[in-house]
Formats: sequence, structure tokens, C-alpha cells
Amino acid sequence: MAVERSLLEVNNLQVGFRFGEVYHNAVDGVSLTLKNNEILAIVGESGCGKSTLATSIMGLHDPKNTKISGEVLYKDLNLLDLNEKLYNRIRGNDIGMIFQDPLGSLNPLMTIFNQISEALEYHSDMNEEQRKARVLELLNQVGIPRPEQIMKAYPHELSGGMRQRVVIAIALANKPPIIIADEPTTALDVTIQAQILDLMNDIQDETGSGIILITHDLGVVAETADRVAVMYAGQIVEEAPVEELFANPLHPYTRSLLNSIPHELESDDDELHVIHGTVPSLQKLPRKGCRFAPRIPWIADEAHEEDPVLHEVSPNHKVRCTCWKHFHFEGEEK
Amino acid sequence: MGFIEVKDLKVHYPIRGGVLNTIQDHVRAVDGVNLTIESGKTYGLVGESGSGKTTIGKTIIGLEKATSGQIFYEGQNVTNKARSRKEKYAAYNKDVQMIFQDATSSMNPKKRILDVIAEPMRNYFSYTPDEIKRKVVDLLEIVGMNEEAMYKYPHEFSGGQRQRIGVARAVASDPKLIIADEPTSALDLSVQAQVLNFMRRIQKEFGLSYLFISHDLGVVQHMSDDIAIMHKGRFVEQGSRKAVYNNPQHIYTKRLLSAIPDMDPTTRHAHKIERQRVEAEYDAQETDYYDTDGRVYDLQNFGENHLVALKPEAPNASLQNEKLNTGGER
Repeated sequence: MAVERSLLEVNNLQVGFRFGEVYHNAVDGVSLTLKNNEILAIVGESGCGKSTLATSIMGLHDPKNTKISGEVLYKDLNLLDLNEKLYNRIRGNDIGMIFQDPLGSLNPLMTIFNQISEALEYHSDMNEEQRKARVLELLNQVGIPRPEQIMKAYPHELSGGMRQRVVIAIALANKPPIIIADEPTTALDVTIQAQILDLMNDIQDETGSGIILITHDLGVVAETADRVAVMYAGQIVEEAPVEELFANPLHPYTRSLLNSIPHELESDDDELHVIHGTVPSLQKLPRKGCRFAPRIPWIADEAHEEDPVLHEVSPNHKVRCTCWKHFHFEGEEK
Repeated sequence: MGFIEVKDLKVHYPIRGGVLNTIQDHVRAVDGVNLTIESGKTYGLVGESGSGKTTIGKTIIGLEKATSGQIFYEGQNVTNKARSRKEKYAAYNKDVQMIFQDATSSMNPKKRILDVIAEPMRNYFSYTPDEIKRKVVDLLEIVGMNEEAMYKYPHEFSGGQRQRIGVARAVASDPKLIIADEPTSALDLSVQAQVLNFMRRIQKEFGLSYLFISHDLGVVQHMSDDIAIMHKGRFVEQGSRKAVYNNPQHIYTKRLLSAIPDMDPTTRHAHKIERQRVEAEYDAQETDYYDTDGRVYDLQNFGENHLVALKPEAPNASLQNEKLNTGGER
């Protein structure tokens, strides 16, 4: 197999937020690679650091209150070293971003045409006519009906699904090789969600770009991703191709999450799996040992690694810590 | 017979406009809905945003006024009487409670949890302060929280804990029906599991009924005995969980069900093709399922405990569908 060059490489990324005089890491040593033509899903619950990871790749963090170390390599550049001016040339041109709330990411005072055209103006030297042609092409690509009319509309005149399509059109405007989508369908109804996910898959087929899809929804992951990284408390705890992850989940956190998905009840006593305890706050997060250990107290301490790292347990399937080998659900025999 | 019966409920909002600000038209948020909630059972109400599902819940508990139609509670007509202070409606007010989607904004930030949970008890019972405290401790225990929580304020809790406090408050007046409007939509998967488990445990313990309102078809399937699928202010399909989920008849129900993400990545492609087929069918057959004004037809009996809103002239509409389907698969 030929060595595939990765599109984006994140090495040992640490993102710390300032609390008074100390910094606490919300993203704590994340390494991952994004290849051409793949959708990499990053999945986890609120507070796991998945959105922080996205904003720091995009350089959108607040520099006064965050401390970042590690590398984000793109085309031999470490994005973290760039100044704001250089970053602006990467953002939108090389990396497109889709946010959760389409209304919040559109300017209410600008027509749809102007919003999309702005991205083209900034990154290319197209003239007005070329831009108009490109905007029309984009609106068609994202499946907006009557693009000629919609172009002149304002965001509030469109439905939620249509707005999200416009946001996607903006992200695609300059044909970026990388797209980062942070919960792109969370605010949408299921039928619209299905349409947007289809659209993202189609776009990826057409353009061959690499997409980082950040979500809390395992259903969305199963429907779209090629590869999945599961995050817990700032770290990746499991990483695998999507079929492998759903067929053979190994880390206790991944298994617990999959078990808490609502399903049709088989009997009256049938209950959903509940993960013991709560996610610790950033300040109280234990930085030593397995971070999931307090959530599975019935597993012996010896099962955990002292300093858990990701182990490649089968080709392309990585799991943090050794506790997965000894894991069983509470009250269940191993 | 159910202990709550809703008959031909309509909630219309006027659209005003013109020079004299006269009523031009109405938004038919709820437009002729019938439902019966049985004691100890959960009734699931599913629909997309804007379908009117929340309005039904709010009208039952009296936060919205019914334009027409009746709501019966144990045989007594209680339509638009929820806020009435008359003695004869007191039982209704006490027995119907609500859990809101956003627990944070449904609690007074200046009140301690003790007072948040005790408020309904103070309204309806004459307990001594000691009794109230004891009952609050009991309720907190049921939702898996300890005594200390009593003296804290809402902001000191996580989202899941606050939602559990919301459940405890709803149970405090010994209600018979709890209207739960998207109770877990803002919660993470593992916390949602916790809240849903609690809700089912309390149901068994107190023999409660739920009107469970949600856009999440998976959660509704998990919780409900009977289900209604709502679209444009009307029910398109109504019946037992099994009938609606396993044998959907209305094109809108089929469309909703096919849009649920499939948890098995290996069948992704087949699922996508099926979903797009249903979507195309929905576009093509809209006139068979909605009248010329885009209104959903009246419900007809389709099978045991299964009602579907089909076109009245064509009682064999499902037969037609089958023909169309086989034609498409050729």
C-alpha cells in the first residue's frame, strides 16, 4: 500500500484555558491525522474538548486566555506559528468551517449573495460576474431551489435547513481541501439532518476534500464517518475505522456510550445503561492515570495503566489505557 | 377510557395586519386533535419543529388557551380551566404537572432547591415545615441526589442534575399526569439515559402517566406505549408503538422513520437509498396524503389501535401505494 500523505496532522496538541493564574488543559495531548477524501468524526459528550480542538485548529481561540502547544501541520506549515494575517489567508481558503448555529454564523444585514461573495472576494481575484456565476454554482451544489431569488434574500427569510446549506456554500466557496464541521446538524430536524448529511457526503465525493466532523450524535457518526476518534476529558480514548468501532468497540467509555442509546424496551425492567458519576470539571480533572477510572470504580486499579497511552490493538484500531481488557459492565461477569 | 381525553382540540393564533390591524388569517397551530391518555401509560407525541406538539401540551396544562374543542379530566370538562382558582378544578391543577426542556430557565435562580421542590407542596398541601423537608429529601433520593442538594441553588448543578430536580418538582404534588416537553433534548447521551431511567422508575412507583413530547424518535420509542405523529397541527398517524413503528402507513411517518440515522455503518448505503426513495415518494405522493390546502386528512381506522390520515375517497390508498412501489422497484 502506498504511503498516503496526510492532509492535516495534529501532533500532541494541548489547549489550556486560564483560570486565574493557572491554565487547565481542555485538549490534552491530542494527535490525529486527516487524509484526503475522508470524513473523520470526532465524537464525545459536552466538555470533552471536541469543539476546542476545532477552534484551535482554525486559530479562533482567544489568545489572551488560552495557551496552546503542539503542532498543527498543513502543507509543511505549523498553523499554530502563523500570525493573524497569514491565518486569515488559510481560513476560508484552505480550511472551510461549518458551525452548529447557522443563524449565528450569518450576517443578518447581508444578502445571501453578499455573504458568499465575500469569501470569494477575500481569497480570489474574480470579478463581479465570475463571482455571481460561482455563487449560483454553489447554491445549486448545496441544493437550494430558485438560487437566482434566494441570492437576494436575507438569512431570516430562509428556513433552518436552507440557512445551513448557505453556511455550507460559504465553507465550500473557495474549494478548500479541508472542511471542519462542528455539530452541523444538531439544530435541525431529522429529515433536514438526513439531507444535510447526504449533502456533505456528496460534496466529499465530488471535491475529495477531507472533513473533520465534530458531533455528539453516534447516529450521525454511523451514517457519515469513515474514521472515528472518541474523546473523553480532553483526550482521544479510542480511534478506529467506523465499521470497526461499531462492530468491536473496546474502550469502556465507547462501550458505555453505545449502551446508553435509547432502544425499544424488551421488558418492563429493561433500563438504559448509566455511566457512574459525572464528567469532572476542568479544574478538578485528574491529570494522572486513566481519566475514565473514576467512572468505572468496580474495575481494579491494577487494570489501568499508570500513564495511559494509545495502543494500536489491531491495524488502525487504537485504544487508550489497558483497562479495556479487564472491563465488564457493573454487575456483569467478565 | 382514559383519564385525560382531548377532543377535537384547536388552537389558532390570529395573524393581524393591514391598516386597522384587523385579523387577516389564523395560524392553525393545533387543528382538530383527539387523544386519550390511559392511567399509568406513556403517550408519545412526535413531530418536527413547528408541528404543534408543544402547543398541545401547553393547552392541556393551561399555558395556552384552546380556541375550540374540549379537554376532559376524569370525565370533568376542564378546558381552559387550568388557572381557575375554583375549588372544583383544584384536583386537576394538582394532578397535572410539567417538565420543561430547559430546566435552568424553569427554576427561580434565587430559590434554594428545597424551595423549588417544595413550592407545589406548599400550594396544594398543608404540611408542616418538617414534613416538607422530609418529603423533599425523599424526592431527591428518588432522583438519585443527596440531602445536601436541598440548600444549594440551581446554578450549582449540572444540566442533568437540574433536569432531575425538575422531575422531582413535577412529582412533588403527587400528580397523575406529567407533561414532559423534550425533557432530555439538551442533555448528553449518558445523562439522558439517567433521566429517562428515573422517569420510568417514578412511573412504576407512583402509577404516573406521561405525555412525552419529543422530536427524537428513538427516545419516544423507548418511553411510549402509544404514539401520535404530528404534522402541520394535525395527527397523521396514531396508535400503539408497535403499529406506528413497525407498520407505518402515512407517507410522513415513513419519511420521519427513514430519516433516523442507522446505527450500523455497514448498511449505510442501503439505508441511504431507502431514505431517498421514501423522500421521492413523499414528494410525488403529497396530493394523496394532503388535501388541496395542504391539510392532513382526518384519521381513519386502519387496524387495531392504529389510525392513519388517509384520503377519504380512496379507502384502498395503501393498495395503490403497493402498486406504485412495485412499479418503482422493477
